Amino acid sequence: MWWEGCPSTARAHELLREALAGEGLDPDGVKLVEIETEGDAERERFVGSPTIRIGGVEVAPVKDEPVGLSCRVYRLRDGSVSPTPDPDDIREAIREAIS
Amino acid sequence: MNIGDTAPPFELPSTDGSSHSLDGGPTAVVFTCNHCPYALAWHDRLLAVARDYDGRARVLLINPNDAERYPRDSADAMRERVEGDGGWPAPYLRDESQEVARTFGAKTTPDVFVVDREGRLAYRGAPDSDYEDPSQDAAWLRGALDAVLAGDDAEPAETDPVGCSVKWRQ
Repeated sequence: MWWEGCPSTARAHELLREALAGEGLDPDGVKLVEIETEGDAERERFVGSPTIRIGGVEVAPVKDEPVGLSCRVYRLRDGSVSPTPDPDDIREAIREAIS
Repeated sequence: MNIGDTAPPFELPSTDGSSHSLDGGPTAVVFTCNHCPYALAWHDRLLAVARDYDGRARVLLINPNDAERYPRDSADAMRERVEGDGGWPAPYLRDESQEVARTFGAKTTPDVFVVDREGRLAYRGAPDSDYEDPSQDAAWLRGALDAVLAGDDAEPAETDPVGCSVKWRQ
């Protein structure tokens, strides 16, 4: 799920496609959902762009982030801040979803 | 605002209550915020610039975001963040009216504007080419400050700002 106020959508899409392909899955099997309004965000429990769910499960667990139109802050496995999830977290979520 | 244009004057309050403005010296005006991952990714590099150029050039960090829709960017949240870090080497200013961001033409957080001794815009854009690579070390910003300190033109003088859109009041 993405919101136009953040420039990280393309990068997140690329990471997700790479992870799917790496697990032998179809990289085109990604459904992109634009979150346009605060109402959309409330309905989808969207805490920021990009949000990646695999089988309905968040790639990165939601902590105390408020629902709304904003850019999501991810913490990578090396501790640094990023606008996109750690690729290893994406891969792990895919493996859990298909296991 | 274009390269070579005179930067608009302003006076804004910082988290410690003091007021800050363009004072005629080389200054990096950086629009930033608390909640954007791009601003956070570049944050340590920006503070390192403030430390490294102390006494030669100033860094003014300005948060212009609408705090009603984004409470994490409120004046209280800004103060808590600075105090939680034990203080910053650059003042963190609140642009409550968003007037300064509008007059500078800020688009994102972060968005960097380097102003020379004559008050003219010498650089505008991103701190460096890659928010994911700390070794970039705010190279474009440092290069622009070095240029204005030497009386030269910044090269590059303009790059695309990268970050979250400024959250304007609706």
